[in-house]
Amino acid sequence: MEKVLLKGNEIIGEAAIRSGCKVFFGYPITPSTEVIEYLSKHFPKVGGTVVQAEDEIGAINMCYGAACTGTRVMTASSSPGVSLKQEGISYSAAVGLPMVIVNVNRCGPGLGGLGPAQSDYFQSTRGGGHGDYRTIVLAPSKAQELYDYTMLAFDLADKYRNPVILHTDGFLGQTMEPVVVKERPEAQIEDRDWVVDGARGRKKRVLASYSLTNEVGEANNLKWEAKYKDIQEKEQMWEEFHTEDAEYLLVSYGTTGRICKSTVLNARKKGIKLGLIRPITLWPFPEKAFIPYKDKIKGIVTVELNTGQMIEDVKLSVECKMPVHLYRRQGGMLPTEHEILAYFENTFKATAEEV
Amino acid sequence: MEKVFGRSKGLTDVPFSFCPGCTHGTIMRLIAEVLEELDIIEDTIGVSPVGCAGFSQDFFSCDFVGAAHGRAQAVGVGIKRSLPDRMVFTYQGDGDIAAIGTQHAIHTAARGEKITSIMVNNAIFGMTGGQMAPTTLEGMKTSTSPYGRDISVNGYPIDLPRLIANLDGAVYVASVSVDSPKNILQAKKAIKKAFMVQKAGLGFSFVSVLSTCPTNWGLTPVDSLKWLRENMMPVYQMGELKATEEVKSL
Repeated sequence: MEKVLLKGNEIIGEAAIRSGCKVFFGYPITPSTEVIEYLSKHFPKVGGTVVQAEDEIGAINMCYGAACTGTRVMTASSSPGVSLKQEGISYSAAVGLPMVIVNVNRCGPGLGGLGPAQSDYFQSTRGGGHGDYRTIVLAPSKAQELYDYTMLAFDLADKYRNPVILHTDGFLGQTMEPVVVKERPEAQIEDRDWVVDGARGRKKRVLASYSLTNEVGEANNLKWEAKYKDIQEKEQMWEEFHTEDAEYLLVSYGTTGRICKSTVLNARKKGIKLGLIRPITLWPFPEKAFIPYKDKIKGIVTVELNTGQMIEDVKLSVECKMPVHLYRRQGGMLPTEHEILAYFENTFKATAEEV
Repeated sequence: MEKVFGRSKGLTDVPFSFCPGCTHGTIMRLIAEVLEELDIIEDTIGVSPVGCAGFSQDFFSCDFVGAAHGRAQAVGVGIKRSLPDRMVFTYQGDGDIAAIGTQHAIHTAARGEKITSIMVNNAIFGMTGGQMAPTTLEGMKTSTSPYGRDISVNGYPIDLPRLIANLDGAVYVASVSVDSPKNILQAKKAIKKAFMVQKAGLGFSFVSVLSTCPTNWGLTPVDSLKWLRENMMPVYQMGELKATEEVKSL
């Protein structure tokens, strides 16, 4: 197996090339810029095309056009840039276009800073733009997952004809780690009867989301709703860490999900039965992960890099049957594993003593 | 009996839904004839905008993609960069391409994207009911300039073809009108040239077509044509604004 040492953002670029991505449209923004830089250097060698667009709006609409032709396409940006892309993502969802959108989160709001953050959780998981739609959201927590989930993102996008967001942050994007570069398994053949590539020997096709007839509009919404339910049923992904006998759970994804593993190990050394659920798909949120623990866990702490966004999904998943608390850092700050454990011990002092 | 004139194969059977006297139908027919004459209907993907021009996706017989307001050219670029051997054109109103989509208009031309853009300029936002557009003439009354466009408040109309012609990536730029049979024939020549430029892979080609909006102008169809001739044609530079040597030798 080939092993490479690359920056997180470069790994995304390499994975895109090996996923059969053919076109990339982007605009430079820290801390995502290495994606477009890496592809600008390496993509043309293998017949790929990179266009540095006039702005993020141009880039996402170029993705829209490329996706209409059934060509694998990706764009990458960071929070303020992804805000600009939202109109295009809504239109892409509205006609069912497969594409991969990388969001290397900055801390916000506004221009914000470059440190690691998860402030775009709501934007990623609630559609983000106007209208009622969903995007599949994958949250890697280390370099190998940046590679693996980028490949998975392309496959899921094709499978469901839906935009997929790779939700990462500046910490992951800028860190160098070794990655096993796996060859991609042969992609399954997807239905391409919707692709717009010139009406050669067939009826013309139109990909558009305009509908002035309410009945047609509702029928379209119901069609997408059924797809979203199907995705929720089939694609929930998560990792469990020391959950079998856990009395308390941490719930955290991405960079903090990784830090929480150390917290769990430290807690275990102290005899505290702490486990971790690390969501891999942020949408669909892995509510199934909580089913076995709903009635036996004493409490949960979500660890996030925002004001508490995922915590809402966690509370819904456990039907508020137990206390769910939040430990968060913001503005680009990261918690240490010790700070998380201290917060946990302090919060659940009474019950922790029983352990 | 031999049929000597019929509907162009570049059009579907869907009847035009435009207001009486609107020249969208004439312009679409010209494009359809060009697609048929160049035998590229099956190779062409059109991009429709938002506004009255957006209905184009139903009327042309080639494949079509519906874009967000102002984004047709960016979408067209995405299509063309994915399928370089196909023909791609955008059909946009002046409100779409010269207001909300200006950044794409400039950079699509600057990058010399090998697509064709047709701008239909009626100096107004038609579909939303006749509001002021960047192309609205000085003193012209619209629902958002009810006292007439005041230059001191709203600035000057944009002559987009003149702007685009300055960019090196734009190799063919023309401004035409469909107010008379003679001008309609000239408009078709320009549109055909624009598609031939794309077919030859020479660069970005752009044709602006002056058009009427009798409904929102509050004029009869015939008076609208007269108004266009007397008011718009003196303001907007007409004719072939740019044709590189390569284009001329086509």
